[in-house]
Amino acid sequence: MVDVGDGIAAAIRIESHNHPSAIEPYQGAATGVGGILRDIFTMGARPIAVMDSLRFGLPSDPRSRWIAEGVVSGISGYGNAVGVPTVGGETVFDETYTGNPLVNVLCLGLMPADRLVLGRASGEGNLAVLLGASTGRDGIGGVSVLASASFGDEEKEAEKRPSVQVGDPFEEKRLIEACLALLDAGLVVGIQDLGGAGLTCATSETASRGGVGMDVDVAAVPRREPGMEPFEVLTSESQERMLAIVSPDGLDDVLAICDRWDVQASVVGRVTEGGLLRVRDGMDGQVLGELPAASLHEDAPSYDRPRRPPEQWEAAKADSADSLSPPADVGADLLDLLSNPSWVYRQYDHMLFCNTVVGPGGDATVLRLKHPATGADTGRALALTTDGNNRWCAVDPRAGTALTVAESVLNLACVGARPLALVNCLNFGNPEHPEVMWQFSEAVDGMAEACDAFGIPVVGGNVSLYNESNGHNIDPTPVIGLLGVIDSLTRIPPGLAWRDGDRVIVLGEASAGLSGSLWAAATAGHKRGQLPALDYEQHRRVAGLVAGLVADDRLSAVHDVSSGGLGVALAEMAAVSGVGFRGARIHGHAELFSEAPSRVVAAVNPELLPEVEAAAAANGVAVARIGLAAGDRLAVKGLLDLGLAAIADRWGSPMPELTSG
Amino acid sequence: MTTRVGVVVFPGSNCEHDVVEAVDAVGGSGELLWHKDKSLGGVDAVVLPGGFAHGDYLRTGAMARFSPIMDAVTQFAQDGGPVVGICNGFQILTEAQLLPGALYKNQGLKFLCQPSVLRVESTDSVLTRRLNVGDELNVPINHFEGNYVCSEEVLAVLRENDSIVFTYQDNPNGATADIAGIRNENGNVVGLMPHPERAAHPLLGSTDGALMLKGLIGID
Repeated sequence: MVDVGDGIAAAIRIESHNHPSAIEPYQGAATGVGGILRDIFTMGARPIAVMDSLRFGLPSDPRSRWIAEGVVSGISGYGNAVGVPTVGGETVFDETYTGNPLVNVLCLGLMPADRLVLGRASGEGNLAVLLGASTGRDGIGGVSVLASASFGDEEKEAEKRPSVQVGDPFEEKRLIEACLALLDAGLVVGIQDLGGAGLTCATSETASRGGVGMDVDVAAVPRREPGMEPFEVLTSESQERMLAIVSPDGLDDVLAICDRWDVQASVVGRVTEGGLLRVRDGMDGQVLGELPAASLHEDAPSYDRPRRPPEQWEAAKADSADSLSPPADVGADLLDLLSNPSWVYRQYDHMLFCNTVVGPGGDATVLRLKHPATGADTGRALALTTDGNNRWCAVDPRAGTALTVAESVLNLACVGARPLALVNCLNFGNPEHPEVMWQFSEAVDGMAEACDAFGIPVVGGNVSLYNESNGHNIDPTPVIGLLGVIDSLTRIPPGLAWRDGDRVIVLGEASAGLSGSLWAAATAGHKRGQLPALDYEQHRRVAGLVAGLVADDRLSAVHDVSSGGLGVALAEMAAVSGVGFRGARIHGHAELFSEAPSRVVAAVNPELLPEVEAAAAANGVAVARIGLAAGDRLAVKGLLDLGLAAIADRWGSPMPELTSG
Repeated sequence: MTTRVGVVVFPGSNCEHDVVEAVDAVGGSGELLWHKDKSLGGVDAVVLPGGFAHGDYLRTGAMARFSPIMDAVTQFAQDGGPVVGICNGFQILTEAQLLPGALYKNQGLKFLCQPSVLRVESTDSVLTRRLNVGDELNVPINHFEGNYVCSEEVLAVLRENDSIVFTYQDNPNGATADIAGIRNENGNVVGLMPHPERAAHPLLGSTDGALMLKGLIGID
C-alpha cells in the first residue's frame, strides 16, 4: 500500500499462477486474476487495473500454443467479465518455458488513504461471516498438490486437473461490490480473502494476526454438494469467497448489503479469547479439532538451503556472444526478432474506467489518477510497467535482475513518470538444486542492489518455485512490477510513432555487447558470457533526462532500447508509425542487436533538436544522431535495408507460427 | 434545466460510472438506477450501460430483460423517452424487443477491444441529432458478441425507415451490413456496440463520443 498523494492510497500486488495454468490454462489463468483481485479489495481498495506477465514455450510446440491461447482466453474471459481493465503486461516465448508457462498477474487498486482495513480478527464475540460462493470439493489441496511439485508426466498432470479451481467472474464482481459497500459503511472489523488452503488459512491467519482465537462451525458453511467431510470443507479452495469479521450489532446491516448484491453470507465462526482455532460441528457442538491459530500462520518452518554457482560458471562467463558468427542477412535476422503482442491485448478490455491514456503496446501504461471516492480528477497520472528478462538472468542472475529493474525505470521515464514503488514475482526452478537456490539468492541480491541505487522501495512480492518440467529448470525469471507517478498530465505521452521528417537520435552511451541478447538466444541458442555493464549514476541521468523531455513535450516519439536492441526498437517505431527510417552510424550487427542498458531512441522535430541536445549535454548524457524518419524503408547504411512492407507483414500477422502452423 | 440521465446498474454492469462521468462532463447530470427498482425516478433519459449484466449467463441480455426496472424502461421508451443501450445495453434492448435483431459472437470468435471508425448514417436519433450524415467518428469497441444479425425483411425495414444509425468503416465483427448501431422507428431508442463514454476526454485520444452524448442531453 503506497501513498500516491491527494488523499489516495494505491494497493499493488503481483502473484503467480504458473502451475495451475500449466495443467488447465483457461481456469488456471482465470483464477489467477480472481485471486489477485481479492488480495486488493480485501485491503479496501477498488481494483482499477490488471497487468499480465506471460511466458510460454515456443509457439512451434503444439502444447505451448494450447497453453498460450488458453491462458489468454482465461484472462480475457474472467478479467473482462469481472469488470477490471487489463491495461498491459508482457508476452514472451522461449524454449525454457516448454511445459512450464509463467502466468504472473499484477493488480493495482485505489482507496481513500484514511480507510485501511487489515485482515485481522479482534473483539471476543465478534462474528466471522463467510461471503460469496458455496464451498465445494474443487481445489482441495490446490496449493500443496500444484505449487510444490515439478512437472513432466502428462498422465499425472491430468490427475492433478481436479485440483485446479474453477472461476466465476460474475460471483466475483458481486463480491467486489458487496465487500466495498461493507467497507464504505464501516461494518467490517477485519476481512480476508480465501486463497490457498481455504478456510483453514483465512481463519487461522485472521485470528493469529489479531492475537485471538476462533471457533469455526463447519456445519454452517454452505456447500455445493452433500457428504463433504469437515477436512474437505476446511481446505477447499473454491473461488470467490471472503471472510469478514463483524460485530454482532452490525450483522443485520451486513446481511442487507449482501442481499442487495445477491451475495450469500453465513455466520461460520466467532472470535474467542485465547489463541485457539477450534473446529466444531455446530457453533456449540462437538470439537472436531483444535490447535493454536499461530501455529498455522507465523510458526512456519524457515529453510536455508545449500546454494552454489553452476560448475561451468567460469567457463560460461568466458563464452561471449560477441564471438558468434555474424548474420548472413542482418535484415532477415531482424525480422525474425519482431513480435507483435496485439493479438493478446486486443482480447482484453483495457479501456474500462476511462483512465487508460497509454494502454498496452507502449513502454509503460499510463492511467489518469482520479480520487476513488469522489471521482475528482487530480490532473496527475500513475504509470505501470512489468518487466522480466530470462536471458539476462540465465547469463547472470544478479546482474540480469539489476538490469531488469533498470529497464523498468527507463520504461517509466519514456512516459514521463518517476518510480514510486516496486513489487516482484520471483519465478525459479526447483530450490532443492543448489544451483537454482544460488540463482534465487543472486537475483534477490541484484534486486536489492538496484532498488537501493535507484531509491525505490520494494513493497511486496511473491515467490514461485519448483518451475521444473521433465527435469529441466526454467531460466531464472524475476518479474518486476514498477509503479510510477506523473506529476502533471496535460497531454498524451509521445509513444512509439514518429513523424515524417523527425530527426532520430539515441540518448545514452553506445555499446556493442551481445551476451544475453535476444539475437544471440534466438539465432544461436546462446545464453552465456557477461552482460553489458550497468552504471547506476548514468542510468539515473538518462531516465531523468527522458522523463523531463517527455514532460516538456520535446519528443515526437520515444522508445527504450531493450529486447532485440536498437534494431528492434527502430523496427517497432517504423511499424507503429508507418514511416520508414534512413540512417547511418550503426556499425555492424553488434551495435544493432546489443541490449546494453541506459539508452532510448527518440524522434525529434528538427527545430527542437538543438534544445534537446543541449538538455542532454546539461545532464551529462551522450547523444548520437543516427538518422531521419522518412520513406518506406528501414535502411542503415552498410548494414540493413528492409522494405516497410516486409516489416508490416511480419508485424501485422501476429504470432506467425501460430497462424501459419 | 440540466438533463437528468439515469444509468441502470444490473449486477455485472461495469461501465455505469464511466457513462455518468461522461454525461456530467458534457453538461448533463448522470445518476445510477438500480435494476431491482420499479421506477425511473423522473429522469429525462435512460442509458443501459456496458458490462456483463447477470454475468451474460444463458445469453447476453437474456436475463437482464427480466430485471424489475425493465418494465419501466419499456414504458418510458414507448412514451417517447430517450433510451440508449451501449454494448451490453444494446444486447439487452434487442432481448427486450425494444430494437429488432440480435448480437451474435464476433466472426473471429475472439473478444475485441480496439479503436473503431464509425460513419453516421442517420441523424434522426437522440444520439446523432447534432451530427451530419457521413460524419466519421472515432469511438472504440469492446465486445465478444457484437456481430449484429437480423432477417432480410428486418434489414429492408431498417433501411427503408433510415433506422441504421452507425456503420463501421472497417467491419471488425462480421455485423450484417456493417451495422454498429440502430434506432427504433421514432428515433428515441438507440442501441450501439461502440462506447461513446470511452471517447469523451482529450487524454483518451478522441472526444467524438462526447458529440453523441451532447445529442442525448439535447445540448447544441
